[in-house]
This record gives sequence, C-alpha cells and structure tokens, in this order.
Amino acid sequence: MTYVLTGEDKPLTGFGALRAAVSSLDPRMRIVMTVIYAVTVVALDDLRVLSGALVLSMWLLAISGLPFQKTLKRMAMMDGFIIFTLILLPFTMPGTPMFSVFGFDATWEGLWRATEIALTANAVILAVMTLVGSMEPVTMGHALFALKTPERLVHLMMFTIRYIDVLREEYLRLRTSMKLRGFRPGTNWHTYRSYGYLVGMMLVRAIERSERILAAMKCRGFCGRIVLLEEFRLTRTDLMFAGAMVLALTALIWAEVAYAAA
Amino acid sequence: MHIVDGALSNPVLIGGAVLAVGGIAMGLKKLPLERIPAAGVLSASFFVASLIHVPIGPSSVHLILNGLAGLVLGWAAFPALFVGLLLQAVFFGFGGLTVLGVNAVNIAGPAVLAGLIFGRLVSRGGPMQGAIWGGLGGGFAIAATTLAVAFSLALSGDEFVPAAKLVFVAHIPVIVIEALLSGAAIFLARRVKPELFAGSKGGWT
Repeated sequence: MTYVLTGEDKPLTGFGALRAAVSSLDPRMRIVMTVIYAVTVVALDDLRVLSGALVLSMWLLAISGLPFQKTLKRMAMMDGFIIFTLILLPFTMPGTPMFSVFGFDATWEGLWRATEIALTANAVILAVMTLVGSMEPVTMGHALFALKTPERLVHLMMFTIRYIDVLREEYLRLRTSMKLRGFRPGTNWHTYRSYGYLVGMMLVRAIERSERILAAMKCRGFCGRIVLLEEFRLTRTDLMFAGAMVLALTALIWAEVAYAAA
Repeated sequence: MHIVDGALSNPVLIGGAVLAVGGIAMGLKKLPLERIPAAGVLSASFFVASLIHVPIGPSSVHLILNGLAGLVLGWAAFPALFVGLLLQAVFFGFGGLTVLGVNAVNIAGPAVLAGLIFGRLVSRGGPMQGAIWGGLGGGFAIAATTLAVAFSLALSGDEFVPAAKLVFVAHIPVIVIEALLSGAAIFLARRVKPELFAGSKGGWT
C-alpha cells in the first residue's frame, strides 16, 4: 500500500513469509517500549554499555523478521549523513592529543565522544525501525490514537500515509513527461526553474485532489468524525516481551552505574 | 538537516520537545477537520518533494521546501512537517526519536515563520511579485533552519561549534537553490491556482 514508506519494491511487512515474532506483538506496547528504550539509551554514556545496547538492537532486528541487509543498509545511509560531523569531533574537542593532521590535533576525548554518538544513534534508530517501522503505517496510526495522540494529528498522519504513494506516482508521471520533452537536469537556471514548476504543479494537483477527496467524503456522509476501527489487545506474550525489554534495560543501567563507580 | 540521537544535551532535547508540542497544538487548533484532507495531501506532497534530488555542479542536494510548506499551509505546516519527520524516522531511519522535537522545531518553526511573514505578500500583486516574495520566503526558511540546527548543536557543547559553522557554510548553495525553486513554484501556482496560498481569501490562515 505505501511502498514509498516501507520499501522500494514491496512492503517490508509482507503477509505470510515475513510475519515473524515481532509483528504479532501489540503495536501499542511496541511503541511504548521503543520510546522507553530510546530515552534510556540516550541517557547512557559508557561506550561498553552502549555497545551492549547496539547488540540488543541487533537482537531485536534478528527476531523482527525484517530483511537483515536492507535494514542495515538504511541504517548505514543515516551514518552517511552524520559522518562529517563525527569526523570533525576529534579535532574540535579539547583533550589529550592522539595525532595531528595539518597542524590540527585530534584528541582521544573527541574520538570517544564521536563513537558514543554513533553508537547511540545507531542503537536507537535500529530499535525504532524494527519495533515500529515493521508495522503497517496505518496500524501505527491506529496504535498512536489508542495511546491518546490527538485525533486530528492521527488523521493528518493517516492522510499523509495514504497519499504519499499516490503523489509519488504523480511525481514520476510528471518526470516522465519532462523527459519526453527532452529535459535533462544540470546546474543551470533552466533546470531550477523547471524543478520549481514541477513542485508548483505537484502542489496545484495535490490541492485539487484534496478538493475531490473532501467532496467524496461528504458524499458518503462525512460528519466531522473519522472512525478508527482497529482494536488492540494486550496478551501474555506482549507482557513477557515488555518484561524482557525492561529487564535488559535495567541491566544496561546497572552496568552503566557499576562502570561509573569503578 | 536531521540531528541524530545522542548528539544533543538533555536540556536541549527537552526544550525542543516542549516547543514542538506547543507548535503542534497551535497548528492543530488552526486546522479544522474540513481542512485535514488538504493538509494531509499537501503534507504527503512535501514528503515526496523532499525526495527530489537537484543537481548542483558535480553533486546534488535534496530539497526540504519547508518555506514553501509554510507559505501554503501557515500554522498547519507545523503538524504537517512533524508528521513527515516522524514517518522519515520510523520508516527510513533518518533522524531519531528523542530528537524528534528538536528536529520539528528546527524545520517546522522557520516554515511557520516564513508563512506568517511572507504569506500575505505572496498572494498580493502579480505572479512575478508573488514569486519574488516566495523566493525570499523559501530562502529565509531554509537559512533559519540551518541556523537553528547550528544553534541547537552549539547549545549542546562547544565541541560542535566548528561543525555548526561548517554546516551553515555548506548550506549556502542549498539556500540559493531552495529560494529559486520556491520562487518558480509560486510563480506557476499563482498563475494556475491563485487561491492556494495562506494569505489569499479562503486560504489558510
């Protein structure tokens, strides 16, 4: 349904083959545990403990049933964005010099800080992608609503999820027609103007589409409320999973305190 | 433009989250249920537009277009862009979870500001005049976003200051391109569908 969100060719959460341990768990519990996990890991400082957190995230990925390589590739893409900031850190943080490049000293403290950020960022985003990202986007909306997220925000999200795919196809159609007319992007005014017109046209079409959607909704008796049907049930497996996660997090916190004391 | 988990200090994270909740609440207040389909479809189109890569010299940049979102949606740009960031973090792994508030403030805050400052100007006068104001608004929003990112990094620790400065310098070409593109987009939209903009009659406020 939302291929753009969940993968290039087909949704990561397929039916049948990919249905694994994590997708049978209560989505509400998964969201809550992910938030608790993220807050805990961000609070951790010790590199050994953070490595433990990354191992825990890897374990989550292993049981989630998501394709291993593809998910790790996405995580690596995020690393690509932050790598420059991380490389700069050893040179900008004061401390014990490690080596110097062109007269700039790299420090051990900076290297540890960079490693700490990299470990935290990867551990958290991996857990987010496996526990929450493995849901159908629509299920995530319903679960967020069940967790008392404002109704209108959830509706806004549902509409966004629904139309990302439609609008991407529209975008690709417009690109195809540009190509047919001999458009080749380059670094020039013509390119930027054409891309601007492309974005403008997408907005115009989007707003016209939304008018048709609203008309269709009114035609079907839309009265200012959208019913979210899905009901969730907390099972024993959910409680066991949550218990195991809490236990693992407690162990991480304990290790952090123990290392700090040592 | 996304900051990841683990880089920022706790006060910055909490401050960002509080501001983001305020922004979302304000945005939702200005968003009657009748407008939600339009806001959702526009939010989706900004999500798709941010996947476009624009060539610049031998490299390419991807668009953010938060200024344009602010000009079209006004206050509603805040929840709309927040939804986009949430979906990106969860399904693409861009950004992070605890930094969601800070990222929302950095990207959606300038969008709303651009909408408030330039929104009315864009819908006034001829299409060309609107396009110039729109271009200024688009450039302003992305410049403000870059500054806000640099500011949140610098607040978290002095070791980030050089990186923050570098981020700003590296984004100057992006600012120029976003300004040009926003201007062109508004020029077209003004000619095809003038009622699209926040300041126009019957538009968003």
